[in-house]
Amino acid sequence: MTVTVTTTINGDAEEFVCEADETLLDVLRDHLGLTGSKEGCATGDCGACSVMLDGRLVCSCLVLAAEAEGRQVETIEGMARGRELHPLQQKFLDAAALQCGICTPGFLVAAKALLERNPDPSETEVRYWLAGNLCRCTGYDKIVRAVLETAADMKSADMKSAGMKSAGMRSA
Amino acid sequence: MKRFDYVRPATVAEAVAAAAEPGAAYLAGGTNLLDLMKSGAAAPGRLVDVSRLPGLDRIEELPDGGLRIGALVRNADLAHDSDFARRFPAIAEALLSGASAQLRNAATVGGNLLQRTRCAWFADPASACNRRAPGSGCDARGGDSRQQAVLGWNEACVATHPSDFCVPLAALDAVVEIEGRAGRRAVAFEDFHRLPGQTPERETTLAQGELVVALRLPAGAEAFSANARYLKVRERTSFAFAVVSAAAALRLEGGRIAEARLALGGVAAKPWRCPEAEALLAGRPPGPEAFRQAAEAALAEARAPGDNAFKIELARRTAARALTLALAGTPARVPALPASPFAPVPGALVHA
Repeated sequence: MTVTVTTTINGDAEEFVCEADETLLDVLRDHLGLTGSKEGCATGDCGACSVMLDGRLVCSCLVLAAEAEGRQVETIEGMARGRELHPLQQKFLDAAALQCGICTPGFLVAAKALLERNPDPSETEVRYWLAGNLCRCTGYDKIVRAVLETAADMKSADMKSAGMKSAGMRSA
Repeated sequence: MKRFDYVRPATVAEAVAAAAEPGAAYLAGGTNLLDLMKSGAAAPGRLVDVSRLPGLDRIEELPDGGLRIGALVRNADLAHDSDFARRFPAIAEALLSGASAQLRNAATVGGNLLQRTRCAWFADPASACNRRAPGSGCDARGGDSRQQAVLGWNEACVATHPSDFCVPLAALDAVVEIEGRAGRRAVAFEDFHRLPGQTPERETTLAQGELVVALRLPAGAEAFSANARYLKVRERTSFAFAVVSAAAALRLEGGRIAEARLALGGVAAKPWRCPEAEALLAGRPPGPEAFRQAAEAALAEARAPGDNAFKIELARRTAARALTLALAGTPARVPALPASPFAPVPGALVHA
């Protein structure tokens, strides 16, 4: 059985035809050329296929492509703004928070979702939230530190911009 | 994956009609079903996608003081609903102790009740399994029995129900609302899941095509909110199924236990309510002696099908510890490591 699906991926309207038994991950990688999301286990254990579906972090290997009808899908390819990397991406590079790199897209998508929900997580919270992402090089320590440092950077940047705004209001 | 038809009905009535024939299965969060379809352990000919059915994603107050939770409410949304977590803290803690962020975001209330066992022989189509293929036998016997039952099992099946969420639901007398072709019916949580008996393939009271539409918590369940915990012993502190778990809740009056609730997870084919333990605790002063006796009573009928006799003592200790934690009081918020027996001292690093 084939299914025609109209959806939005990283802000762009997309239409594709797929088999009913194809997952969202299959379609992203094999039909649409978005190969940033990886297939590790294909059973929802490793998180390498993590995407946002209507603002919700999920494993795209456990979502049928047909289920994307009318939804908003965000993948790792949509994380940077043009050439400007997301602070998490830049921090992962600066901190060398990756080894082979297969798990990295999933970790970045999951970490971004974490910081949007909880901008000031404890180390325990970061580790618990990212339990659905496996790094088989076992490079967890640098990943956790990169997420914590990004949270601290984003917080101080927010405080600076908030300070500038209130200063501006005073001078006006 | 075996090829299948995919349909997306617009109403509950359409969904129930579309799933009436054998071989049809409902798809909601997909976290368990799609996984089993990939391995071939499940092979429905038709998937009825109920994930967009209107009206099933709400949490509503009932006129009698109870709460009604739509079957499509996501596990994460329910656990993070601050009003819900305040009123039913052991349920929120159980939800957050399960799976991963990704899976909690996708998994639904209805689907959680209908999780299949995580028995490795069930998941492997090459193995004999009375639950998956009635009458084929049970290759689990003699294998690694860490995840196997110690209560309510028989020669036909030693599988356990894997849910965390269902353990406090059993303790708190939840009710399952079901819609079928004959209309709507309500089933007490205790009667929803089945022990293997001679038909281990029949895991719940649902008939073909019946759909779980909601879960109700009775008004009385909230009375335990000050002293309710979920405790889960697992191979690692996150993203693992319970080897043994316990939900404990106490209603205290004048230094005595007015009413106690206790249920165990990971020990049977269904969430295991412990009425004998509850009866033993009622009216007594709380403390180690009462909790030890209650735990003994809860496991009185336990026996090990394999090398998992350790689970009987582990379940006693888990039950007693959960009661001890409940007596100490519900924490102000769900701990960062939910339901963990290794919950850290505040301020100390766990993994450093």
